[in-house]
Amino acid sequence: MDALVTVRGVTRVFAAKGGVGQVHALGPIDLSLPSGEFFAVVGPSGCGKSTLLEIIAGLSEPTTGEVFFDGSRVGGFVPRGIGIIFQDDASFPWLTVRENIAFGLKRRGVDALTVRQKVEEALKLTGLRQFGDAYPAQLSGGMRQRVCIARTLVLEPRLILLDEPFGALDQQTRLLMGDELLRLWRETGATILLITHALDEAAMLSDRVGVMSARPGTFLEVVTTRWPRERDSTIATKPEFGEITSHLWALLRAQSIKSISETAAP
Amino acid sequence: MRKATWIRLVVIFGAVAALEAACRLGWIRRFTIIPPSEMAESVVRLFANPDVLSDMRQTLTAIAISLGAALLIGFLTGAFLYAVPRARRIADPLLATYYSVPVFVFYPLLIVLFGLNAIPKTVIGFLYAFVAMIINTLNGLDRVPDVYWKTAEAFQLGRWDRAVHLILPCAGPYLFTGAKLAVMYSFIGVIGSEFILSSGGLGYRISFSYNNFQNDVMYGLILFVLLVVIVINMGLYAWERTLMERRGGR
Amino acid sequence: MTSASAGVRPKLERAGELAVLIGLLLAAWQLMHHIAGDIAMTTPLETIRYTAKLLASADFWPHFETTAKAFVIALALALAGGALIGILLGFHRLSGEIAEPILVAVYSIPKVILYPIILLVFGLGLVSEVAFGTLHGIVPVMVFSMNAVRNIKPVLVRTGRVLGLSTWSMMRTILLPAAFPEIFTGLRIGFSVTLLGTVMSEMFGSKRGLGFLLMNALGVNDVQLIMSLALLLVTFAAIANAMLMAIERRIYRLK
Repeated sequence: MDALVTVRGVTRVFAAKGGVGQVHALGPIDLSLPSGEFFAVVGPSGCGKSTLLEIIAGLSEPTTGEVFFDGSRVGGFVPRGIGIIFQDDASFPWLTVRENIAFGLKRRGVDALTVRQKVEEALKLTGLRQFGDAYPAQLSGGMRQRVCIARTLVLEPRLILLDEPFGALDQQTRLLMGDELLRLWRETGATILLITHALDEAAMLSDRVGVMSARPGTFLEVVTTRWPRERDSTIATKPEFGEITSHLWALLRAQSIKSISETAAP
Repeated sequence: MRKATWIRLVVIFGAVAALEAACRLGWIRRFTIIPPSEMAESVVRLFANPDVLSDMRQTLTAIAISLGAALLIGFLTGAFLYAVPRARRIADPLLATYYSVPVFVFYPLLIVLFGLNAIPKTVIGFLYAFVAMIINTLNGLDRVPDVYWKTAEAFQLGRWDRAVHLILPCAGPYLFTGAKLAVMYSFIGVIGSEFILSSGGLGYRISFSYNNFQNDVMYGLILFVLLVVIVINMGLYAWERTLMERRGGR
Repeated sequence: MTSASAGVRPKLERAGELAVLIGLLLAAWQLMHHIAGDIAMTTPLETIRYTAKLLASADFWPHFETTAKAFVIALALALAGGALIGILLGFHRLSGEIAEPILVAVYSIPKVILYPIILLVFGLGLVSEVAFGTLHGIVPVMVFSMNAVRNIKPVLVRTGRVLGLSTWSMMRTILLPAAFPEIFTGLRIGFSVTLLGTVMSEMFGSKRGLGFLLMNALGVNDVQLIMSLALLLVTFAAIANAMLMAIERRIYRLK
């Protein structure tokens, strides 16, 4: 099966502040995501995970290498068919939940009837049906992220990129949102790339986990979890979960120490 | 009603009542201040006075023009400066010191340039107001969260769509603050100029009645202007509060 | 990369940008003169020359003294009075809450229309001028001082109590220094606004002072004098404000 996303030899280098020298922020990265896969990326702070996501999305350009999405080269703009969920709350406080979700559809000129239909579906899918007429300010952080997810899902993306989407939430909400994400993944059949610093989250949710080194980030190893498609947070009780998580930490520990000592130096 | 609110009402009412008593008892000469009740009567009588009505029209027209220009040009200039950081850096010292300069010192110059008509005071109103709009436009645009710019790209928004459907609503509250200040400064600029020297308008009528010892007309006018300004400001504050409540202060 | 090089380049750039700004303003001025003609305006160069002459003439200084005297007294009253009242309003929550809308309302009205009342009460002369200048300046100082005190972090008060300080001593050593930067901003704004009020009061119903001189020049169509006075007042206000802002930045950085 042809991969939905192919990343070949991507690096990102930019000029250092003050104009002296360069910062090698990322790469080289090679990655291939088959359609329908749930792939997580973990790595120490500053290793370039977010940069990688932005390059795959088309939000920024790589210094070398290329990205292919659905057969075409990605560059300069975000292709249709890619949805992005950010860590910061991107919901629009001046619109109701319904209006937020309808936003992308309306901008594309979809007719009102179809918009209403799809928004209702998305509300149901993300469990927001009662809150359709509420404003984001009245909702909790987790619900607001759900609004952002609904707003993205309603456009039926084939690839969904999530950059630490649950970072601002407490642990229990995170776990529940993780279950939600799995459910949405199964129901939409989309390919998912999740960036997270939480090893348990990566281990629990994904088919494969890419472990990145400290800056400049490259893939040290890609761990395959072999979980069945029908899964939820209760797989945390299985012994394999513990093994996978320990393995991830074993790989990451040295990298994290390295990354912290680098940022601490003057 | 909150405790502070009714105490405030009591204080204001008490002050007015005390003034009324002091005037009626002769402690304050009529020549200096007339009783508040007579001030109120005078306000009502103003509306029967054709000269005053014409002045009101003049003043409001000048304010409307200077305000409209200030909002439009202020906003566009702010947007321009935001888009061109170099220009913004150059303009920055000017913006920072602008309101420290007594704008009214330019009034005589404007009269020399345009004559003693409605133009100089309208220009002063504009000059006083438009920079507040620039500063608040910049402030609002600065505060558009980074994630919104990325979200715009994620939805493949064109520049127009992004500006109208994302940036403007996001910066809305700050634009509103700028507009509020612009209203205030337009009033001050126009009426202040009319007062110093003019051929018409409410400010002119106040100085005219002062110079002609028409205390009742003068106090009526002063009270009228105060009431109009206060009511408009309270209205704007209240409107702003309802807009912000939905957004939860974002 | 040393910190020295990181600091010098921005300073040079900033000076360059300031030069561009001043250059643009002068160019705009020159252009306006070109359009409006000699009967309406003087060029930057002419204005500067005339100003030098003006400062050398004996007629100028009595008017300057009038304005300066009124301004300094009004400033003292506005800054001291405003800060004192503002601080008290800040510490006593209820009073502050009661006063705030009133202060905001006073700030938003064209205060110049209250001037006839001041003249009727105090008569023509220095007292009225001072009263008017003070009226202008006291409001922002009050508002900023009040907010400065309100914004004092509660943890500072708790620290003071833990150290066993008396209320007065706590205010003196911890709270007021903490509030000082914001109070200073109010003082800076109060400075500019008091100047505006003082000059404006002279533009109406006065026989002396720079404001009077300005309106008088208009009456006899002395364009050179009009521009010269405008230049003097604008330059003074801008430079004074710039200096105060530099001090303010340093105060905030120490915090």
